[in-house]
Amino acid sequence: MKPLSNLQIDFMGRRNLAFIVSAVMLVVSIGALVFQQLNLGLDFTGGTLIEVRYGAAPSLDAIRQLMVESGFRDVSVQTFGASTEVLIRLQQAFDPDVGSDVVNLLRSSGENVNLVRAEFVGSQVGDQLRDQSGLGLLVALGVVMLYVAFRFQYKFAIGALLALLHDVIIVVGIFALFQLEFDLTVLAAILAVIGYSLNDTIVVYDRIRETIRTSRIDDMPQIFNEAINSTLSRTLATSGTTMLVLLALLLLGGDMIQNFAIALLIGVGVGTFSSIYISGALLLPLKLSREDLIPTKKAIDEEEEELP
Amino acid sequence: MLNRYPLWKYLLILVVLVVGLIYSLPNLFPEDPAIQLSSAQGETLELRQIQRVESALEENGIAVKASEQENGQWLIRLRNDEDQLNARDIAAELLGSDATVALNLAEATPGWLQAFSASPMTLGLDLRGGVHFLLEVDMNAALTQRLEVNASAMRELLRSERIRYRNTEVEGRTLSIDFASSEDRDNARRLISRDFPNFEFTSEGSDRSSRLVMTLSDQTVNEIQDYAINQNLTTLRNRVNELGVAEPMVQRQGPSQIVVELPGVQDTVAAKRIVGATANLEFRLEARNDTPDAETETHVFRNDPARSAELMRDVIITGDSVSSASNSFDENGRPQVNINLDGTGGTLMNRATRTNIGRNMAVLFIEHKSEDTVVVDPETGEETIVREPYVERGLISLATIQSALGNSFRITGLDSPTEAAELALLLRSGSLAAPIYFVQERTIGPSLGAENIKRGLLSVQVGLLLLVLFMLARYKVFGIFANVALALNLTILVAVMSMLGATLTLPGIAGIVLTLGMAVDANVLIFERIREELRNGLSVQQAIHAGYERAFTSIVDANITTLLVAVILFSIGTGPVKGFAVTLSIGILTSMFTALMVTRAMVNLTYGSKPVKKLWI
Repeated sequence: MKPLSNLQIDFMGRRNLAFIVSAVMLVVSIGALVFQQLNLGLDFTGGTLIEVRYGAAPSLDAIRQLMVESGFRDVSVQTFGASTEVLIRLQQAFDPDVGSDVVNLLRSSGENVNLVRAEFVGSQVGDQLRDQSGLGLLVALGVVMLYVAFRFQYKFAIGALLALLHDVIIVVGIFALFQLEFDLTVLAAILAVIGYSLNDTIVVYDRIRETIRTSRIDDMPQIFNEAINSTLSRTLATSGTTMLVLLALLLLGGDMIQNFAIALLIGVGVGTFSSIYISGALLLPLKLSREDLIPTKKAIDEEEEELP
Repeated sequence: MLNRYPLWKYLLILVVLVVGLIYSLPNLFPEDPAIQLSSAQGETLELRQIQRVESALEENGIAVKASEQENGQWLIRLRNDEDQLNARDIAAELLGSDATVALNLAEATPGWLQAFSASPMTLGLDLRGGVHFLLEVDMNAALTQRLEVNASAMRELLRSERIRYRNTEVEGRTLSIDFASSEDRDNARRLISRDFPNFEFTSEGSDRSSRLVMTLSDQTVNEIQDYAINQNLTTLRNRVNELGVAEPMVQRQGPSQIVVELPGVQDTVAAKRIVGATANLEFRLEARNDTPDAETETHVFRNDPARSAELMRDVIITGDSVSSASNSFDENGRPQVNINLDGTGGTLMNRATRTNIGRNMAVLFIEHKSEDTVVVDPETGEETIVREPYVERGLISLATIQSALGNSFRITGLDSPTEAAELALLLRSGSLAAPIYFVQERTIGPSLGAENIKRGLLSVQVGLLLLVLFMLARYKVFGIFANVALALNLTILVAVMSMLGATLTLPGIAGIVLTLGMAVDANVLIFERIREELRNGLSVQQAIHAGYERAFTSIVDANITTLLVAVILFSIGTGPVKGFAVTLSIGILTSMFTALMVTRAMVNLTYGSKPVKKLWI
C-alpha cells in the first residue's frame, strides 16, 4: 500500500462527478423513503413478536393458516436465521398470555416447539420512542455542528453537517429501499455512523486547515487535494480496520445484530466517501478562503516557529 | 530531549495496567450455575435440610460443586448448566412449602480478587435469558381511588354531624356532593374544609340544586402520583422477592413507568400474573332493607353470576390493612386464606363487627383490568388503539357476623388452592396503590442468551485477530506497539465496565467490537504522520516526535465529537441503545489513553535517545 501515500489524485477536479453520484444516491434514498417507507421494527410500531424454535423445519404456510384459523389477525410469519427458527409478528393489541398461547397452539399439531423469545411493545411506547429518537438525532447533529464551528469555523460546520446528513439519509434510504428492519439497534448504529463519519471529516478538515496555513499557494482546490491525499492512506486504513471488525460482527455476531452491522458497514462506506469528496468539496461552493482561517498575527508566528 | 518520558509516566501506565488486569480478571471466571434456597418464613434453612437436598441431587446424578451460606440463603453450586432446572425441581419437591427455590448464577471470583472487591460484569437479559417488563402506572386511577377514599370519609363526617347530603360524584380530580339546601351545603363546606385542607372549594347552585365542588390542588396531585409510584415500586419489589428470583431489578423510569427485569425466569406467565396482579380485597357490610339507595351498591358473586347482594358503599377495610396472610384448607378441604390485620385494621374491623352482630359481611375481590379496542377515525381512517381501564368486583363470600372479629380471621369461597395461594401472596406483599399495565415485554429464552454470548465473543475474537494481523502487516514493529496497546485497551475497557457495574448486553458487545476497530485509528493517524515526516526528510527521532505532536489535535477533535454523540445516545436511549452508548464512551476514553500514552511509552523505550538509522514502519 506504500505507493498510495505518494499518489496525487485530483479529487477536486472530479468533484462534479462525485456530486452527481451523491445526488443520485440521495434521490434514490429519499425516493425509497417516501414511496416505500421504512420497515419499522417492533420497537417503533408496537405489537407482539414471538420467536420459536422447531425441532424440524416447519411449513410457514401451515403456521400462518393455523394462526389465522385460531383467530389471530394481521399475522406475519417468517424464518429468522435458521429454517427451524420462526418469527411470528402480531399487530394485535396485547394480551399477557399470547406468548404461551401461540406456543401451545403450535404444539397442538404435534410438533416440538420451544419459545425462544417473546416481545411486546405498546403502541404508546413506540410513538414515544419515535419522537425521542428523532429529537436525539437532531440534538446530536446540532451539538456536533456547534463544536466544529467553535473549533474550526462556521463554514466547516456547515460542510460537516451536510456531509453527515448525506450519510444518514443514504443509510436510512438503503434500509427503506431493501425493506430491512429498522429497529432501536439500527438507530444506535446510525448515531455511531454520525460519530464515525464526523471523525473522518474532522481529520480531513484538520489537515485542510493545516495546509491552508502552511502552504503558500492560494488555489483552494489544489490545497484540498494535497490535504485529502496526505490523509488518504489513513482514511482508508481506518475504514479498512473498522470494516474488518464489522464484517466479523455481521458474519459471526448472530441474527439479532445483523442489521446493526449492516447499517454500520454502509455508514462507514458512505462516510469514507463523503469525508473524501463531499465534506471537502463542499467547502468550495461555501467560498472558504485563507482569510477565514488566518488567525491573529501572534498565532501565525508560533506556527512558523514550529516548522523546521 | 526528544522521545523520552519522565519516570512518572511509565509508572502511571504500569499502575493503570495492573489495576486494569485485576479488575478485568473476574470476567475470566465463568459463573457457576446454582440453585438458591431460602426459607419461606425468612429464617435460615438448617444444614440438615441442605444435606438432604444434596444427597437427593447426587442420587439423581447431578454433580454438586459446593454449597455455601450467605445472607441467610443457601447456594448450591452445580457442575453443569443442564442440571439447573432439574435440580430446582428436585429441591422444591423435597423441601415443599418450607423453602423458596430459585435459579441463580453464582459468582466464581477467587477470594484474592474479591479482596479488591473486583467482580465480573453483569450480563444483560439478552445474554442470560429472562423477562423484561415495562409497566405503566395508571395515574388517573390513583387519583380516583384517593378521591373515593376521601368521599367515603366525608360521608362519614356528614352523617356523624347529621348533615343531609344526596349524592357524591368523583370525576377527574374533582369530587362533588349534592345537597338539598344551601344551608346544609355551607355547613358541610365549613366542616369539610377544616378536615380536608388539600382541596380547593367552590359552591355551585342554590337551594335544591346546591352543590359543593372540591378540586385537588396541583401539589396534592403530584404528591398522590409520587406516592402511587413509590408504593407500587415497594409492592413490586416485595412480590418479586416472593417469586424467589436471583438479582431482580425493579426500577422507576420516567414519571409514570416502572421497569421490572427478572433474569433466568422461565415461567413467564406465572411471573407476569404475580407482577401485574392488581387484586385486592374489600370488606363491606351488607345493606339493610331501609338503607337509602345512594349508599348501596349491588355486586354479583364471582363463581355464580346469577346471585347478587346489596352492599353498603362504605368500605370497612381493604386488603391494605392486612399484615400477614397464608393459605391453607378448611375442615372440609376447601381452600382458605388466613388473614392477620394490622393495628388500625383490627380496630376498624372490631368496631364495625361489634355493633353489627347478626348482619352479613361481604368480602369483595377487586381486580383492575384493561381492555384494548381498535377505534377507526371516521375522517382519516386511521386506526388507534384505545385502552379502557375497568374494575372488576366480585363477591367471594357473604357470611353472617357471629361475634366481634379481631385481628385475625379467615376467608373462604375461593375457586382453587392456587387462587388461595396467590391471593395470600398478594395480600402479604401489599396491593398496588394504582393499577399498572404492561406496555412492553421481552422474554429471552436461556438458549438464545447462551448463543448470543457465544457469537458475541466469537466476533470479538475474530475481529481482534483480523485487526492484529492488519496492523502487523502494515506497520511492522509499530504494528506490534499498536497491538499491545489494543490488548491493553480491551483490558482497561472491560475493567472499567466491571468497576462501574455496567451491564453487558449484545449491543454492548457490538460497541466493544466497533471501539476496537476505531481504537486503532489514533495509531494509524500517528504512524501515517511519522511516515510522512520521514519522507519529508526529518530524522528518525524528529519524525517520531512530530508524528505524535501533529496528529494530536486531529485525534482529540475527532474523539471528542464521537464522545459527544455517544453521550447524547446515552441520554436519549433506553435499554439496548444505552448499553451500546456506555461501551462506546468508555472505549473512546480508554483508546485515547492507550493510543497516545501507551504506544508512545513503548516507542520511547525502544527508540528514545538512541541512534536509530531506519524505522520499521
